[in-house]
Amino acid sequence: MRRTIHEINERIKEGNARVVTAEEMPQVVAELGEEGALAEVDVVTTGTFGAMCSSGCFFNFGHAEPPIRMEKVWLNDVEAYAGIAAVDAYLGATEKSTTREENYGGAHVIEDLVSGKSVELRAISRGTDCYPRRTLTTEILLENCNQAIMVNPRNGYQRYNAAVNSGDRVLHTYMGMLLPSRGNVTYSGAGVLNPLANDPHLRVIGPGVPCFLGGAEGMVVGEGTQASPATGFGTLMVTGDLKRMDPDYLRAATMTGYGVTLYVGLGVPIPVLDIETVRSTAVRDEDIWVDVVDYSVPSRNRPSLGQVTYAMLRSGRVEVGGEEVRASPLSSFRRARMVAGELKEWIESGRMTLALPTRPLDPDRRVEPMKETVEGPRVLQIMERRVATIGEDAPIRDAAAKLLKGETNHLPVVNGDGVLVGIVTTYDISKAVVNPGKGNDVRDIMRRKVVTTTPEEPVDVAIRKLEKYNISALPVVDKAMRVVGILTAMDLGKLIGGRWLK
Amino acid sequence: MKLLVTFSSKEGKRPIIAQVVRDTGVLVNVERAMIESNEGEALIDIPEESCRIVKDRLTELGAAVRILEDEILLDETECVDCGACISICPQEVFSFDREFKLQMDAKRCVLCGRCIEICPHRALSRKGEL
Repeated sequence: MRRTIHEINERIKEGNARVVTAEEMPQVVAELGEEGALAEVDVVTTGTFGAMCSSGCFFNFGHAEPPIRMEKVWLNDVEAYAGIAAVDAYLGATEKSTTREENYGGAHVIEDLVSGKSVELRAISRGTDCYPRRTLTTEILLENCNQAIMVNPRNGYQRYNAAVNSGDRVLHTYMGMLLPSRGNVTYSGAGVLNPLANDPHLRVIGPGVPCFLGGAEGMVVGEGTQASPATGFGTLMVTGDLKRMDPDYLRAATMTGYGVTLYVGLGVPIPVLDIETVRSTAVRDEDIWVDVVDYSVPSRNRPSLGQVTYAMLRSGRVEVGGEEVRASPLSSFRRARMVAGELKEWIESGRMTLALPTRPLDPDRRVEPMKETVEGPRVLQIMERRVATIGEDAPIRDAAAKLLKGETNHLPVVNGDGVLVGIVTTYDISKAVVNPGKGNDVRDIMRRKVVTTTPEEPVDVAIRKLEKYNISALPVVDKAMRVVGILTAMDLGKLIGGRWLK
Repeated sequence: MKLLVTFSSKEGKRPIIAQVVRDTGVLVNVERAMIESNEGEALIDIPEESCRIVKDRLTELGAAVRILEDEILLDETECVDCGACISICPQEVFSFDREFKLQMDAKRCVLCGRCIEICPHRALSRKGEL
């Protein structure tokens, strides 16, 4: 048996369409079998509600008198991109306020406008013959904009890898707070309810398909940026009229230490055309696997510490490397259910009919990393190779002498095999002189927890360590932890003027 | 039952909590403490029935004592039930009910402040600091 989109729309218009949510569908299929479910269900509704950074809105503010060609635009001190026509601008959700930093951003402006609040619009221009005005400051309301069209380049990730931190310090990431020593796992995504998880081969989701966006009727534009459906990480670009949206489904948020983002409610109705659609919408949380990725590695290729399903994540505890770790989401499953539920009502009541993609999306698309043509500087290019070290059983006096002779403040401590075991600084030695009694040897006063770098590490990663640990030098070690150099704040001066290039 | 004990400069050097344990025989669990040279604050957990006697003895020894109840406030209009607070809380104050609505057991809170800091929707605050 098959059914056409036309037949489904006829049933919707008659008010007879049988609609279930993607969470209910697996049960329907389990009870009725695939053929039975196909005969019974016309539409499966999906929903997701979570942080979607790649979101934003096009505005047309209307012309002022005298008119201005807005070259730079701020909404409540959040800059919008104005490099388009005179009174058009695009406000990105993650743009930070110039005055309130991460506590307020593009997402907050969007939420304020949708909530009916007035927002300050400020614009500047150099002035032209046709647009003489140079500055503008006014209050605007959403209803007074000619258009406010939400266009989100990347929403509705099919699934998302869970996050863990096996380092020794708290990390603040876009995946929330990650406690050290694998203290917690965070994850995002609606799993069973996710739109693309219910149509992984992109048979019915594509350009022109209606959707629920932020509480209003929207539309799928097409493939989202960074889409990788071939690897199970599809994304969608979606659009909708901001003026009709609802703050229940559009919420500004701040990931502390990371930045501003927008929580978006998105749902796509799936027409049940054939057995294939029944099978794809029968997907359960148990069937959707993700990696648990270690965010303590500051690289594009973060290692995976294992795989889990959304069902395991949803249980609140998962096993990572043989240990049970508490897991919690960043996206709201409760609101994802509300999205799928509202969409169900819209279709049952005949408010929304369905459409098939005007052209199919490519299910074989795969995301590729950047091909960099110019490599950034690495530690070995600016590190100091002449580094004085000291043995752990040397007297403190010797360490002081070495520091003086080397005109340095940091002395890596090595054992008999030349392996790094600690570090002493001029500060540690001064302290030992003022408060004697801990012992007379370097090992008695050295710090054993040493933050290190490697010759191959990008300088930006090393600088982040200096900042984060509030220190001024990093011993450079090889794979055997032997000291091959030292990177101090002074060496960073070599970056200025590009001297490292030589 | 949780008590917030504040020490001022005068008593700063005396082992007040140890003294209270010895005098009352109540086993005090120190859940969080911040002691500096001339002042300090400790959050202690004690059996409910011993509250009176511990509180009185602490006060006699010069410490200020406050009983902690519902110290964390959840603004339900801001909360979207995302759950970001659940796994970062050392006391497991937060959980989901069957409908994935956020539940809070504020009695377990030791005021570490982590959830207030990280709540993406700024829906959590400490009582009296709205």
